[in-house]
Amino acid sequence: MRRTVGALLRKELLVELRTFESVPGMSLFAVTTFVVFHFALNRSSVEGDLAAGILWVTLLFAAILGANRLFVADADQGGFDGFLLAPVDRSAMMVAKVLTMLAYLVVLELVAVPAFAILLLGPPLGPALPQLIAVLALGDIGIAVIGTLVGALAVQTRARDLLGPLLALPLLVPIVIGGARATAPLLAFSHAGGVPARWLLTLGLYDLIFGLIAYALFDFLLED
Amino acid sequence: MYGKGLRSLSIVTVAAMALALSLVFFYAPLEAEQGFLQKIFYIHVPLAIIALCGFVVGALFAIAHLRTRDSSWDMRSYVTIHMSLIFAVGALITGSIWAKGSWGHWWVWNEPTLVSFLIVFLLYATYQPLRFAIEDPERQSRYASVFAITAGAFVPMNFIAVRLSTAYLHPRVLGGTSNLPGSMRLTFMVSLAAVTLLFVTMCKYELTAKHTRAQVRALRRRLVGEDGSPARRGRTAVPAMGTQAAGRSGL
Repeated sequence: MRRTVGALLRKELLVELRTFESVPGMSLFAVTTFVVFHFALNRSSVEGDLAAGILWVTLLFAAILGANRLFVADADQGGFDGFLLAPVDRSAMMVAKVLTMLAYLVVLELVAVPAFAILLLGPPLGPALPQLIAVLALGDIGIAVIGTLVGALAVQTRARDLLGPLLALPLLVPIVIGGARATAPLLAFSHAGGVPARWLLTLGLYDLIFGLIAYALFDFLLED
Repeated sequence: MYGKGLRSLSIVTVAAMALALSLVFFYAPLEAEQGFLQKIFYIHVPLAIIALCGFVVGALFAIAHLRTRDSSWDMRSYVTIHMSLIFAVGALITGSIWAKGSWGHWWVWNEPTLVSFLIVFLLYATYQPLRFAIEDPERQSRYASVFAITAGAFVPMNFIAVRLSTAYLHPRVLGGTSNLPGSMRLTFMVSLAAVTLLFVTMCKYELTAKHTRAQVRALRRRLVGEDGSPARRGRTAVPAMGTQAAGRSGL
């Protein structure tokens, strides 16, 4: 299992490194969205819950962009067929795809969060950074799991570009709630205390439940 | 096979609905603050409860479908979710009317139950488009079941998250049935039972209709051959249940 996941993950990252299909697009999208937010809100700096909302909405949409592309190569160029012919555990593909998506998200945030701090964020990011990373990590796991599941669901449909976001957005509302509420005090000028534990708990619970569900259900999306 | 007992079930449902409505209008006391408007509670809350239960039951049927690969479970899951969606629309509309009447706005964001209900509704609104976008009937039913199970698990999770996110601005007067006076509770229970019956009856009707149509199609195909009846004209969101089974038993 671990070797299969490793091989699949290597293949995914290699494909991405050679084509640069998803991650640059996602990062560019995030930065452009910050610019759009600047003009749409007519503000030069934001803080508190507004800042948290902008950050999470941008990350979410960029992530959905990536999730939509996650399985396209496999569906169009026979990746699924090749994988199904191999005598390996099918869940390995799910784990590998979640890890790929996580890697995409980490790179995306490495670009988007500094860009956000420079372009829009009023208060300094420095002191809140460790807590912000913890919240983002918890949110990323949930987004990666849902993104993988929805990506696999949507890729076999005809209207895949439309259905993917339609399915993913409502499913990710709890992540936005938890993430934005947990991040809001970190991005405020009067940075008081830490993240309320209940939001971290909500995010963690969400990750756990949907991780298990996706793991249990992914096999059914692959057999043909 | 699905039509058995449909007539008696329909009669019981009509009687229960009549009883519930007469209790609502003639027996239940007027609530002190909201007056007549509060009576929408007896329709709105059962609709919402049954719609949510229907979504979860649809997920259970979907689990049964994935375990047994029996397409009749997929049909049950489809019908349950379909009917729940209709009930959910009813719950959203009545909830909106109630909110307008008691708080003066058509929509209130600080009522967690209403908000989570909307999110769940938006999620399930993609169920039909998802089915519609997959042409292969076998894959369609499999993917729909995966979606139904994920969404079914999402229902309670979403309620927890939204409930946490809302500061309790409104005192939850009608939060539980335990603090209702006796006559109101009786009316509510009867309404709940009536709406449940209505849900079950409607589902049974739809199941019977779908099953009968599939049987008729299979019979006609036996009679005039494959091209006599174009089996599934174009794409469809409806599960392809019964066609193979009926055809097989006929041959």
